[in-house]
Amino acid sequence: MPVRMRTALVPFATLPLAACAGRQSALDPQGLQSNQILQTLFIFLIVAAVIWTAVVVVLCIGLLRRKRHADQPLALHQGFERTSGYVVFGLGLVTLIIVLGLSIVSYAGQRTVFAKDEHALTLKIIGHQWWWEIRYEDDSPHQSFVTANEIRIPTGQPVKVELESADVIHSFWVPSLTGKMDLITGQKNELQFTAKNPGVYRGQCAEFCGLQHAHMAFAVLALPPDEYGRWRDHENQSATSPTDTLGKQGEQLFRARGCALCHTIRGTLAGGQLGPDLTHVGSRTTIAAGTLPMSSATLGAWIADPQHIKPGSNMPKMPLQSGELIAMIHYLEQLK
Amino acid sequence: MVAEQRELRDDALNGLQLSTRMESIWRTPSGFSGALMSVDHKVVGRRYIVTAFAFLLLGGLLAVLMRVQLAKPESTFLSADKYNQIFTMHGSTMMFLFAVPVMEAFAVYLVPLMVGTRNIAFPRLNAFSYWMFLFGGCFLWISFALNVGPDVGWFAYVPLSSLQYTPTKRPDVWAQMITFTEVAALAVSVEIVVTVFKQRAPGMTLDRIPLFVWAMLVTSFLVMFAMPSIMVASTSLILDRLVNTRFYDSSSGGHPLLWQHLFWFFGHPEVYIIFIPGTGMVSAILATFARRPVVGYPVVILSLIATGFLSFGLWVHHMFVTGLPQLGAGLFTASSMLIAVPSGLQIFCWLATLWDGRPVYRTPLLFVIGFIVIFVMGGLSGVMVASVPIDTQVHDTYFVVAHFHYVLIGGAVFPLIGAVYYWFPKITGRMLSERLGRWNFWLAFVGFNVAFFPMHILGLIGMPRRVYTYTADMDWAHLNLLSSGGALIFALSFALLLANVIHSLRNGALAGDNPWDASTLEWATSSPPPPQNFDRIPVVKHRDPLWFDNESLPVVAGLSAERREVLLTSLAEAEPQIREASPEPSIWPLLTAIATTVFFIGSIFTPWAVLWGTPPMAVALIGWFWPAGHKEDEE
Amino acid sequence: MRQTIVRNVGDLPTYGYGPQSGPWWGAMGFMALEGMGFALAIGAYLYLYAVNPTWPIGATPPDLWPGTAEVIIYLLSIIPNEMTNRAAHRQDLARVRTGLIVMSLIGIALLVLRGFEFAHLNTRWDNSAYGSIVWLILGLHTTHLVTDLGDTVVLTVLMFTLHAKPRRFSDVTDNVFYWNFVVLAWLPLYALLDWVPRL
Repeated sequence: MPVRMRTALVPFATLPLAACAGRQSALDPQGLQSNQILQTLFIFLIVAAVIWTAVVVVLCIGLLRRKRHADQPLALHQGFERTSGYVVFGLGLVTLIIVLGLSIVSYAGQRTVFAKDEHALTLKIIGHQWWWEIRYEDDSPHQSFVTANEIRIPTGQPVKVELESADVIHSFWVPSLTGKMDLITGQKNELQFTAKNPGVYRGQCAEFCGLQHAHMAFAVLALPPDEYGRWRDHENQSATSPTDTLGKQGEQLFRARGCALCHTIRGTLAGGQLGPDLTHVGSRTTIAAGTLPMSSATLGAWIADPQHIKPGSNMPKMPLQSGELIAMIHYLEQLK
Repeated sequence: MVAEQRELRDDALNGLQLSTRMESIWRTPSGFSGALMSVDHKVVGRRYIVTAFAFLLLGGLLAVLMRVQLAKPESTFLSADKYNQIFTMHGSTMMFLFAVPVMEAFAVYLVPLMVGTRNIAFPRLNAFSYWMFLFGGCFLWISFALNVGPDVGWFAYVPLSSLQYTPTKRPDVWAQMITFTEVAALAVSVEIVVTVFKQRAPGMTLDRIPLFVWAMLVTSFLVMFAMPSIMVASTSLILDRLVNTRFYDSSSGGHPLLWQHLFWFFGHPEVYIIFIPGTGMVSAILATFARRPVVGYPVVILSLIATGFLSFGLWVHHMFVTGLPQLGAGLFTASSMLIAVPSGLQIFCWLATLWDGRPVYRTPLLFVIGFIVIFVMGGLSGVMVASVPIDTQVHDTYFVVAHFHYVLIGGAVFPLIGAVYYWFPKITGRMLSERLGRWNFWLAFVGFNVAFFPMHILGLIGMPRRVYTYTADMDWAHLNLLSSGGALIFALSFALLLANVIHSLRNGALAGDNPWDASTLEWATSSPPPPQNFDRIPVVKHRDPLWFDNESLPVVAGLSAERREVLLTSLAEAEPQIREASPEPSIWPLLTAIATTVFFIGSIFTPWAVLWGTPPMAVALIGWFWPAGHKEDEE
Repeated sequence: MRQTIVRNVGDLPTYGYGPQSGPWWGAMGFMALEGMGFALAIGAYLYLYAVNPTWPIGATPPDLWPGTAEVIIYLLSIIPNEMTNRAAHRQDLARVRTGLIVMSLIGIALLVLRGFEFAHLNTRWDNSAYGSIVWLILGLHTTHLVTDLGDTVVLTVLMFTLHAKPRRFSDVTDNVFYWNFVVLAWLPLYALLDWVPRL
């Protein structure tokens, strides 16, 4: 497409949109596990603060108190040597007890955080450089589907994510809900969490996975259970065919320009497996794994020049005329 | 029968005659070739210190670049590729080319002096070790300059660092740099152990060994048992990438976690290899500036040994989120917290020392005080990350970055800078400026805390590590900017240190033998020490010899005044046993290092390097060990 | 500072054997760190064994004869090794020369045998993680064998030159000492490589 049009889109792409990213903080727990972890953290913080303060106070008093006068380094009082011996030993014992106590507190917290519920809703997540493949699986294959970079879950229900990697080690981390767990090649890991309140929670890959590790985020949307049920049914369906000319043009371009080689849009002939599933891309809150908020402008900027926004990502720059880009954006936007 | 003409011994000479004679025997030949052949531990030690500090400055520059990039969201100052190289180089340089080598360097310089001997054990191996360190460091940095610097993190996790995902030569450069530095470190550790075991001054029984020497002895054992792990790991990585072995390839029976276990089995003791020497420096400085011996000498030693042992039982805490069995993880929580006990005991002993002592507020003491404040905070954040549930939130976030900088900078760099101010007079004969020293300290203390404290919060509010940028709506911008500001102040403090050193080398006040009125043997000789360290080997009657008697030094006589000789003593009681010949300057360590370098660098490009790289090494080694026909070889 | 001579050590010898000598401790240090390397390689083998459902991977258990023959020869070699050690302590040049020649020949024979073992291995290094760890462990031990052989040969030559002076006997005892390490290291490695796959 003409350079001018691409350049014009870039500022739109980089405009920060207000608060749509979602919460991403261990200090703002909205899940059962993150809540437990924060409580454990508070206990540790208080103990740590007390100990550090005590050390600094003793240090200051020690430095400032009046001393024996003569500078005779070897003139030691046996009384002090003995007493200090007991004090050091005693403090050592206290340290040991505190450490054992904290270990127990930690283990108790650990058991709560890692408790497994058999009736958890199961999702499989496969990490790729630099996006997340999400598989909602069901006993019936008709109820199973694939999506990418965004998870929706019901509130109040344990959710189990089964974590695998297609390439290098990644880490699934959504701090507002729970602690992280790595996605390790050749191994299946599991993580369970329960969202207490509805909301948008941002997660980010937390294990260095290469060039665009910084841009491998995802969103977890916790919905009230019935809303979740409706979403799941809808998401399970194939993409609706466009009815307008521009949309039809976009759908045709999607195949003609090679997008279908990497991406799947269920219900069409596009069946590529290398990149994220785009069946309902229009309903996602972000693009390129949390790199940009979803909008026409950002969608266009991304498609026009992915290497500019996420250099090194596996999506090549496809040659598109400006009119073709508009049709493409229009088609993808209505894949809700 | 020929009555053997007894050679000249040091009991036949006195005063200036004796020192001139000993100096002529022990000095390094002048000129460039002399410098290349030196086996004097002081010459090698000084080089080691300067080179390690050069790498500190380089690594620090990289940190400044990182902080500039992260000061604002979505900055374009550095590209993703450049940033990833820079943070990898920063970590690798600091850990492998600065932190461990600088501690070894101080040991190389100080341990022989402190135990009262003339040279380190295996002096040629010592020289070889320096060259290997220098060549390895240059190899890494030249590669970086040529855009082949590693970009997979200082820990190079597989599969990212495997050939499939990083097809360049970058991880091979990293892995082989490790081999260079590990060879150097292992060599020094063996030398230190033998020096401390066998070359102590007569009368320096085990309970009279200075605490700094104990710390370096424990550290040397840690090096010997930890570094083989990363040698196995990095060699296996090179093999995977070069000849297609499958150690870490999960499709052929390998496992990525094997890398993590091998790396962290080394990686955890590694941080104690860095920290324990720091505690030795603290003990030395504290005694001198609190004007009394450290309280609880046996407790400190047992704590050092306990810390050393325990450090091998913690490594899994770096892997808490890899999907390990929960009970095992919980046990590693307990062991990781347990190490706070011996570390704490040392701190209590130091606090008691300050409680009873009369503090003399010179720059070294300021840095020790800074160490206590900062390190304790780092240790406490360490207790937090040791907890599995807490770690699942803070692992791989800026909270951990804050933690380890608090323990490493607080626990090792602050004592190190104190050590520079403390021992600079001994090494160079001149005092550093006390005024600049105070500015140095305060800039460092304030700059460090402003730079790193906010990172605790950043980690908790969701900022992961190793990200080259972040979006503006994450609310991380202000804390990052603050941190970057602090980093600049902290960097400035190092510029000040450099300025102080350069200025004082010419203009510093002359130090004299013992400007601090300290108690250990290195202060019994001149500043800088003569090549032979001591005209006659001292005898030790007390743990603090120079406080016990600051007017006369008991010595032994009878060592050769014609050739280099050191006195070997028994392990526990330090009873004189053997007058051992000490090697003359030699070019073979350098030649062997060059041959080894060619072998190492060649073997990341082709396995055949093993074949053609071995003969030159063999030749160099034979040249090294072949007796040179000196009189001492012929007895 | 004033110096006060409290003792004269002029009559002490200039070399010693065993723990009295510096190089002995150096050898101990190297054995410790190399032993640790072996221990870690063994650990890596056992880790891979634990995480793989079948072991060996893509291969049958290795042929027993090369490894077992080596064990026998290694253990038997302790006899001439110890004889050389005692001759060195007695400073018996003739016996030491003979002993070193014998140890050199034994080393060469073992190297040849090791070559056979590699050639008849049940797996290649790039076949699987099993092959890789087997080759690594065997390779590590072979490196020790080669360097010890090199050291022995050089010493043998030395003992035939003008440099065959008394202190050289101390070097011989260090070399003998190190050979024991090479022998001892082979025993657990042999058990691991040849017998664990048969479990």
